[in-house]
This record gives sequence, structure tokens and C-alpha cells, in this order.
Amino acid sequence: MAAVLAMVARGCGGVWRRLRQRCAVRPGSGPFPRGERAVACNARGGMMSAGKSGLTPWIPVVGLEIHAQISSNSKLFSGSQVQFAAPPNSLVSFFDASLPGTLPVLNRRCVEAAVMTGLALNCHINKKSLFDRKHYFYADLPAGYQITQQRVPIAVNGSLSYSLCIDNKMSQMVTKTVRIKQIQLEQDSGKSLHDDARSQTLVDLNRAGVGLMELVMEPDMCCGEEAAAAVRELQLILQTLGSSQAVMAEGQLRVDANVSVHHPGEPYGVRTEVKNINSIRFLAKAVDYEIQRQIEELGNGGTISNETRAFDSKLGCTVPMRDKEGKQDYRFMPEPNLPPLILYDAKSLPANMNHQQVINIDWIRERLPDLPSVKREKLVEQYGILPEHSFTLLNEDGLPEFFENVVKQTQMKPKKVIGWILNDLLSYLKQHSLTVKESPVSSFLLADLLNLLEKKEISSTAAKQVLAELWKGKGKTPLETVKEQKLELLQDQKELEQICQAVIDGQENEVMAIKAGNQKVLNKLIGLVQKKTQGRSNPVLVKQLLEKKLSE
Amino acid sequence: MRVLSLGRWLRAGRVPPREPASRPSGHRHSGHRPQGPPQQKVSVEVLEHLEHLALVDFRDSEGVERLQKAIQFADQLHEVNTDGVEPMDSVLEDRCLYLREDDVTEGNCTKELLENARETVEEYFVAPPGNIPLVKLEGQKTFLQGSK
Repeated sequence: MAAVLAMVARGCGGVWRRLRQRCAVRPGSGPFPRGERAVACNARGGMMSAGKSGLTPWIPVVGLEIHAQISSNSKLFSGSQVQFAAPPNSLVSFFDASLPGTLPVLNRRCVEAAVMTGLALNCHINKKSLFDRKHYFYADLPAGYQITQQRVPIAVNGSLSYSLCIDNKMSQMVTKTVRIKQIQLEQDSGKSLHDDARSQTLVDLNRAGVGLMELVMEPDMCCGEEAAAAVRELQLILQTLGSSQAVMAEGQLRVDANVSVHHPGEPYGVRTEVKNINSIRFLAKAVDYEIQRQIEELGNGGTISNETRAFDSKLGCTVPMRDKEGKQDYRFMPEPNLPPLILYDAKSLPANMNHQQVINIDWIRERLPDLPSVKREKLVEQYGILPEHSFTLLNEDGLPEFFENVVKQTQMKPKKVIGWILNDLLSYLKQHSLTVKESPVSSFLLADLLNLLEKKEISSTAAKQVLAELWKGKGKTPLETVKEQKLELLQDQKELEQICQAVIDGQENEVMAIKAGNQKVLNKLIGLVQKKTQGRSNPVLVKQLLEKKLSE
Repeated sequence: MRVLSLGRWLRAGRVPPREPASRPSGHRHSGHRPQGPPQQKVSVEVLEHLEHLALVDFRDSEGVERLQKAIQFADQLHEVNTDGVEPMDSVLEDRCLYLREDDVTEGNCTKELLENARETVEEYFVAPPGNIPLVKLEGQKTFLQGSK
């Protein structure tokens, strides 16, 4: 709280600067000199005054449209396979290629995935939803239209809660919510490879017809950091449900951002759509850049046009997209080949229908797994770790399980174990770009090591040394490493006493200083004992022995 | 349904029609104008927009005439009182939507699919680059502008 008050007193510039740093924009690298920054969006939401520049404040408005590829074996309306990399046009059925005489047949698994996602996001599930055709011409859309759900989508009016840290140390977190307008089922298009040299486009229809969930969020966010946090949480939810693997790098999660700015009390400004965002980090950058760009443009007396812009990750800026001129008219019409999609719940379940043809919302709801927010709460409650620890844990695939496995196999308290997991294990994995699954140190090995530490057979410093050796993955156990490097704590009390005595005898000046009242010098003596024992002495015990001897 | 909305939309682009003579059918939806004989033609902007959207070519006065006649024909639907009637969007609306199991049953027919393509490159279909703007033929432009 004090930190926030200090920020307010200093003026908003501090907050915005910190946010910009977190969004990894190099200072001074943007097109706008520092002094002119007139916007602030702090983690508590909304806008702050522009402070010393005296300009009327701007409120940025950010809304996201997210396409998540459904994790299924086959496509939404056909039986061809869904797979990321495959020879071109090998995963294409006659329907996907839009050959005449083919018809769409809805995949049950895709419907279940959409219902699961809708339930997890607190949506109202429409028991009757409809399919429509959205018409436009493009080489990767062989039918000339996309089957989607424009009129009555499968789920509406939900919400997504996510957390932001107010300061850099992650010690203060605030929860925010963004409303979900709707979730709809729709087809993916194929992929085009542009060959500018030969003035042609190569089309691969492997992706054409894959099931997508389009999630439309209300414009409840105000900056890149919020957008990034919301998408990260959504990604975790989708991965937990299994409805989508949501890997942005593989195009399984695509995010388009709608950005506008306006003065408080005035209507919303003209919005631009930003596409070609390939990672969560770039999402934050793109949104923040676009906000700045619009503010500068309007500040200079210019106008914002309702256009589509692409994010250039190398330059860190948005540029207008050539292909999208003006507003598209999609001429929506009902999909005549598909009757309405009817979903049931426990009350409305028809008695005499084939089970395979019935989707029961309540049945799905009962089988929803624990969502990330629930998992975090359970970890905090069960193990006594801090909320921010639970965030870091869940942010890494497989880390919560690793942590729990270590806790099961060691006597060390979870509160202490978490330090080893988040500080030592995680930083090592990050340094070497490894996933938890690829860790050369298994939970068993780490637990073994922590047990040695807990039993006071080695010191904390020695434990870190052993861990460094274990990283090399040479297959040695912690105990073997300890013996090899002679890291065991000296257990022989007499030997330790002798060494302490020797140090005391050799440091007359320091002894006098301590006896005169300067306790800090004791640390030097402890250090000397450590040196003599090559780090194998228990510092607490050494201190006790020295103090005892010095008081004799 | 599609033609209905098209008719209404085109009418919105026109100068409002004259007040119609009294008609025998009952009360209509508010905001709906009863259909009189169409004196105004479809505007050029609308025609160009249609050509761009649907990639059709009206080409000459006969094409535009045919369009106007089609609109007139569909407008007859307005004579029916549809107050309180839920629009039908599919004759299948009472049918059950069949749900397929998530099994891989199709695909792997690259060769067959590519057979129909005029041009292919290493198992890719070949298409013209991007969305190229429509090139207007000389005569056509003159025609559409002249029909204003």
C-alpha cells in the first residue's frame, strides 16, 4: 500500500515507466520522447492524471478477439486429421477442399470442448445455437465462406478473472475481471504461402476446417500488461481443460487486439485492430505501442481510422495492413445444411435418445477439472506457500507436480522446499531453456538432497554445490557427490572444538575486540573456522562453540 | 431470406419511394414500406459494391434489369403478414443435428485432390497473389456511370 501511495505522490509517470519496462520496451526506443507521455494505466485499473504535462488524460480501451484451436483428432465438420506438421494437402477431405456434393457433419468432441470452455468461463450455455455462413473471397478459403456462429453462438456472457502484480517484486497482486461476450464454434481456414517472386500464392488446406473456438472479450482492459495477463490465464485454463493446447507459437492460440483511446466523459474513440501477434510478450508490446501511437496521433491533431494493422515484432511497432481496405461485408446467412445444435441438461434429457447423440451440459460440468485459480488456492492452503509462489508454480508446466513429489519424499517443510524449487531449480531450467520434464534433476534426487540438508549432514552452501554437480546429470546420487567432494558437515564435536580453539588462539586482536563488546568480529572468526573446515562446519554450531569458549 | 434483406438494403440506398396506393393486406411491421412499382433504379454504388462482394459482372443493362426484376419478384413476400411468426432459416429445423465421433476417417488423398487443379507446385495449390483489386473494363465503367 505504501508503495502505491508513494507512486501517486510522485505522479503517474513512475507507474507508466515501470509498466513500460515490464513490457520490455527499451527506454527511449519508442518514437515518443519520455516527457510527452500523457497516459497512465496502473494495475488498479483505469486512468490517472497526466501530472506535470498538463494535458487532458487519455483512457485506453483494449478488447481482445481470441481464436483457440480445438484439441481434437479430427476436424470440425469432416473426418480428416488435425495435426500440426504434415505433408501439404495430405490431411484434406473432399469436404475441406469444398468439392461439390460434400456436406458438413459436426464433430461431437468439438462441441464438448466449447461447452467445457464456456462453463469454465462462467458463461451461459445456449441450449439452442445456430450455424451461419460468413462470405469472403480468399485463396485459403475454398468454399468462399466460413461456417461460424454469428447469430446465436454456443456460449455467452461469461467472465475471466486474472491477476496482476502491482510492483516488480510480485508481492502485491490484484485480481481483475474481463467479461466474455461470447464463445462460438467456427472453421479454420487453410494456410497461404506468399511467393512474391513468382507473383503467386501456394495454398495448403491441411488446416482448413479445423475446429476453432472464437472468444470475444468486452473492451474491459486498459493496457498491454492486462491483456497479456488475461491471455496467459486463459491459456492455462484451456490447457487444464484440454479443450485446446493453446500454444501460440504453433498457431493454436491467436489473439487480435482492438485498441482505442478517449478522454474521460467522452464516447469511445475509433478503434484499430492489431493482428499478427505471435506471443504473449508481443501482445503486451503491440497493445502498448498502439495506445501510444494513437495518443500521439490525436495529440498532433490527426485522426485514427478504423483500420487493421499488423504488429511488426522486429521493429516493435504496428503498421497498416495492405489487404484490408474499408469495412468488410460478410453477407451472413444461415448455414442451410445444418439444423440447430441442441444441448441438454439433467432436466431436459430426452429419455429415448441414443446417448452418443446427446450432449449433457450438467454431465460435463460435473467432470470439469480444477481450474488454475482453484489449484493455486489448494496449494496455498495445503502447503502454506505464498499466493505469488502458487502463481509462479502454475506458470510452469509440470512444476506443481514436481513440487508436490519433492514434498512427499522429504522431511523438509514445504515452505522451505518451495524456495529450492522456485529459486534454484526454476532458475537453472530457465537458464538452459529446459522444461520441467527435461530436468536432469528428478524430484527424487532433489528430495534426497534436501533430506541430507534437513538432517544437518551438510550445510546449505554445500547443498548448493551438490545441486550444481547434479545438474550435470552424470547419474550420481547426492550422497555420492557429498562423499566425493567431502562436503559432509563435521560431526565430530571434539574436532570442531579443537579447530575453534585454534582459530581463537591465532586471532588475538579479534578476540580482544569481541571481549570488549564488538560482536560483529565474531563473524570473522566463524568465517575462519569455515575456511579451515573447507565449508564443512555448521555455522550455527560454530557460533555457539566460539561464544562458549570466548566467555570462559 | 437473403434476397429479402437484399431488397430492403437496396431500398435504403434509394430515394424514398412514393406513397403507395391503399393495399388490401393487413397491418405490417413498423418501418416497413409497402411495395409500389419500382420507379427508381438500383444505384451505381450499390451495383459496384455487389460486383466486388460477389465477384459477379452485371456487364450490361440486361443484367441490371434482371437484378431489378429479381428484387421485385422477391418483394412480393412482403404482402404476407408475418407478425409474430419466427423466421425459418432451414427446412431442417425440426431435425436432429447428427453428432459424429471424433475419429479420423478421411484425408490422405493428396493426389486425387490435386488432379483437379490447373496448376500445382510441389503438392500445393497455386493461386493468384493476395486479394487483387477488381480491374474495371472500359465499357463497363461507362455503362454503369451512364445508367445513373
